[in-house]
Amino acid sequence: MSVKLTSRQVGDVAVIDAAGRITLGEAASHFRETIRDVVNKGNKKVLLNLSDVSYIDSSGIGEMVSGFTTVTNSGGQLKLIGLSKRVKDLLQITKLYTVFEVFDDEAEAVRSFA
Amino acid sequence: MDETHETLNSELESVDKAEELALRKAQSLGLDEDELAHFGMAVRECMVNAVVHGNRYSQDKKVHLDIERSPERVVVTIRDEGSGFDPDSLPDPLAPENLMRQSGRGLLLTRTFVDEFSLNSRPGAGTEVRLVKHRAVA
Repeated sequence: MSVKLTSRQVGDVAVIDAAGRITLGEAASHFRETIRDVVNKGNKKVLLNLSDVSYIDSSGIGEMVSGFTTVTNSGGQLKLIGLSKRVKDLLQITKLYTVFEVFDDEAEAVRSFA
Repeated sequence: MDETHETLNSELESVDKAEELALRKAQSLGLDEDELAHFGMAVRECMVNAVVHGNRYSQDKKVHLDIERSPERVVVTIRDEGSGFDPDSLPDPLAPENLMRQSGRGLLLTRTFVDEFSLNSRPGAGTEVRLVKHRAVA
């Protein structure tokens, strides 16, 4: 599996730290399952930290979208931090930059949750 | 001009292999890191389509990869042995009603990241895509 995912709490915000490549296959599935687990534990504020994600393909983007839907359908919010230029470009091209709230700073992101 | 022909199995490892091959060939085009990575991603997305949607991971079906390199460009052709489809039936991933779909962005990214793109598919006849990346302008 080429992605490593860990989760931690910062107050009532669940932060998922992703590292590696999020591509079609095990990595994208693992990504989906991790977000689902965080939601199933009752977390309503989820922050996805992509600082150490070196590569994400359209399947990985799809799982991010799916994760967003999972979290919002449960009454929560999912936000992003640490996007590289390449990932930002992908979100621009796919118009998903209009969907996700993106931050460069974790503290600011945590404060932004209502 | 040099040419590479590979007949690949319909599995995810073939996607990685094709991306690596295409990136190696494209090194000579003088592209910057981002352009090169984007080109690799375009090849990857088309390979995924061939393996997953075209050949449906069938062990009996192959993906045919051709890479032609000349001083001025690299041309990648990917052909699957699937059932083909009607390209006009694909939903627009940028339409508001489709933005939150889990899939369907691969061809959008591919078209954005290459200089020339063509797709030929007919129901019952498989699908072939052709990606062209030109040498960087000095």
